[in-house]
Amino acid sequence: MRDTDLRLDGNAAGGLLNEIFPFEMTTAEATCAGCGTMKLFGETMFYRHGMGAILRCADCDTALIRITHVRGYYQLDLSGMTYVRIAADIITGHRSGTDHSQ
Amino acid sequence: MADTFISRGFKGRAGTTDRALKGRIPPGQYETKDFPVLSAGPTPRTSIEQWNFSIYGEIAEEVKWTWNEFLNLPRESVTVDIHCVTKWSKLDTVWTGVSVDILLKDINLEAQPAIGYLIAYCDGGYTTNLPLADVRGGKAWIAYEHDGKPLAPEHGGPARLLVPHLYFWKSAKWVRGFKLVAENKAGFWESLGYHNYGDPWKEQRYAGD
Amino acid sequence: MAQQLKWHLAKVLEIRQETPKVKSLILEVPNWTTHLAGQHVDVRLTAEDGYQTQRSYSIASPPEDTYLMLTVERIEDGEVSPYLTDDLRVGDRIELRGPIGGYFVWNAQDARNNHSPLFLVAGGSGIVPLMAMIRHRANSGNKVPTKLLYSSPYHEEIIYREELDDISANDFSLRVIHTLTRRQPQHWNGYGRRIDLAMLAETAWEPAENPRAFTCGPTTLVEAVASSLQKLGYKPESIKTERFGPTGGGTV
Repeated sequence: MRDTDLRLDGNAAGGLLNEIFPFEMTTAEATCAGCGTMKLFGETMFYRHGMGAILRCADCDTALIRITHVRGYYQLDLSGMTYVRIAADIITGHRSGTDHSQ
Repeated sequence: MADTFISRGFKGRAGTTDRALKGRIPPGQYETKDFPVLSAGPTPRTSIEQWNFSIYGEIAEEVKWTWNEFLNLPRESVTVDIHCVTKWSKLDTVWTGVSVDILLKDINLEAQPAIGYLIAYCDGGYTTNLPLADVRGGKAWIAYEHDGKPLAPEHGGPARLLVPHLYFWKSAKWVRGFKLVAENKAGFWESLGYHNYGDPWKEQRYAGD
Repeated sequence: MAQQLKWHLAKVLEIRQETPKVKSLILEVPNWTTHLAGQHVDVRLTAEDGYQTQRSYSIASPPEDTYLMLTVERIEDGEVSPYLTDDLRVGDRIELRGPIGGYFVWNAQDARNNHSPLFLVAGGSGIVPLMAMIRHRANSGNKVPTKLLYSSPYHEEIIYREELDDISANDFSLRVIHTLTRRQPQHWNGYGRRIDLAMLAETAWEPAENPRAFTCGPTTLVEAVASSLQKLGYKPESIKTERFGPTGGGTV
């Protein structure tokens, strides 16, 4: 099995990210603490390890976020990111094609 | 909370474990004949020429071996059962490598009685922590062959730590050194809620278990 | 308002054999709102002993459809796909949540998409989210010039082959280019090899036309296509990728 095959796009992490951040995180951006470049979460490398999930910078492989879900708690290590940028309308739900009015 | 929906007829990989093996399978585990690859990052590709293994930290002097020096150390083959915290257990796995006792032999640990722990450092950035006592007395190896063949990169090659009496996340892949320390320090998974020790027979999967 | 996705209990209305290894599930999902072409759902299975596992599957149906369609390739050693393709029956229910993914989407209503020709590159079951885009584009009457380059091992394993023939026969702004990598039928005058830089050079839109590219399939194919398109002059931002993992179909 080729090692590159075990990683998926950050897009595939969308479901897990949504459990923690209840909006469409894959279009948010983070600055990698390793190489300083800004990445869309959808463009990061997602490693779905059985014990947890790791999102890595596509350029330098720095772990931007490490997540586990253990005994009723999500634990996140965010030390691999410095800035996060999220379009406000993602949070308020004005996403075209999606009607979450309740 | 609502009742969990059960998918009709779905059995999952677990299936049923042979009764005869019950004594060898820790609680909550099932036997697999596969060897699943769990990946937290890209597979490191360290060449034999670059590889070395060192033991350092709160000791008088660092010790280091190149690949060729490592291969010249006494080697042994062991057959052990391994248990992953994600619930699979694999029985009778065969490994060849160097016992950690051999590696620690020339370090004067008696002169450093405060050292109680080690942190294993690996290519790719993975770390795990163990009590020093748990890698001594024939309990741990640095393994470079699995099933008689050179250890494949996706399984930790060129060499990995092998500590079969603990959950397999402690058997760090791509290991490059041990830092010997007085104070325990949580590694990659331990810092995110997994148990600091990890005894499968006591089901110590998560912190607080 | 921010929305946390909930697990829905979807009912299987119909199971359609697409190719020998691929089936489509047509699902009724109560309280489903809508989705964008390219998004996916997470499917969760639970065994009687409480064991759970999840996989992601791209939504094959366009947003205009009443029911949700998932197209699943049966992976030989898979844990989830054999259950969905062999064991699931009409009337059964499966848990899913979604839609997920704001990144790999194409929306005909988005005005920015009117001036960018579309280049879709699919490997095997990577066709699924791209088919949702093609169906949505057809429904909306959008005529932006679109090319699909689609790699399959054998002719009989081309997923949605007849529907793609139909749509492209009736719409000259859509062109479908197949490549068959393992074996080609007699009288085949299409490509007969894996997608490579030369094939992309011959099929892709010129960078000057400001194209948008979407590529989906096995990780190695997707990464090769993305890097080749950049070599041909495509800006990285204009290429969107969806890696399916080693064998495709969202299983790991």
